[in-house]
Amino acid sequence: MLAVARRLVGDEALAQDCVQSAFANIFRGLEGFEGRSRLRTWMHRIVVNQALMALRQQKRRQEVSIDDLLPVFDEYQCRLQERWTINETPESLMQQAQTKDVVASKIAALPENYRIVLLLRDIEDMSTSDAAQTLGINESNVKVRLHRARSALKTLLEPLLLGDLP
Amino acid sequence: MRASMQKLMRRLHGALFKLPLMIDCDEFEGFILAYLDGDLPARQRFVFETHLKVCRECRDYLAAYRASLELARASYRDASHRPPEEMPEDVVKAIVAARSEPGL
Repeated sequence: MLAVARRLVGDEALAQDCVQSAFANIFRGLEGFEGRSRLRTWMHRIVVNQALMALRQQKRRQEVSIDDLLPVFDEYQCRLQERWTINETPESLMQQAQTKDVVASKIAALPENYRIVLLLRDIEDMSTSDAAQTLGINESNVKVRLHRARSALKTLLEPLLLGDLP
Repeated sequence: MRASMQKLMRRLHGALFKLPLMIDCDEFEGFILAYLDGDLPARQRFVFETHLKVCRECRDYLAAYRASLELARASYRDASHRPPEEMPEDVVKAIVAARSEPGL
């Protein structure tokens, strides 16, 4: 549970607070747990909700504007995209000590609405339907935000993948 | 000269994308998520993949999109930081025991 909170809030002390609050909620909610979902799924959702609450209460982070990171098209609706030459693969980058920190900092820079959807769907492996339910939005909205978040993250991680970062 | 050639090529591409069974890059963008999730119906998948064959920019874009997604997943896929697939048995027992306690 601490790992889940850590991935979502990105701060050890805050993650520990989330887990503590989540456990309090779990014990308070035991009566209501009807066993319809697996215990792990139920507890996972509680800690995710707790982490989302903590994120919303946090002061606004240094976020980048999503519009500046989305793909660009010309007047013929043709994409403007630099030639992609693979200098580093995800596997080779994972051998480098600083990669995880760089990736985490780029994800942290995404606007909250997009970052949370990306974390739930791509990192926590939640289904679109579960993410929609957790966030109280519809599935189409989850899909739109997820695609924009991935597109923006692609722009942010491109220098790393092209081997342009020190 | 080079810039005008590039503009001409882009214009030709734009015209090509208006042909039957073709989509432009902007429309292609809207199909990416469903394509990667395997949710595109056969006809739309054919149209999507045809665009990929003729558009270098979208091929490069999709390759970078996939690589960055894989990198993001890999950087959080550290065995020491992943929760166990199943809840540890002692935690389950403690919770089940707590449920049966009066006053909870």
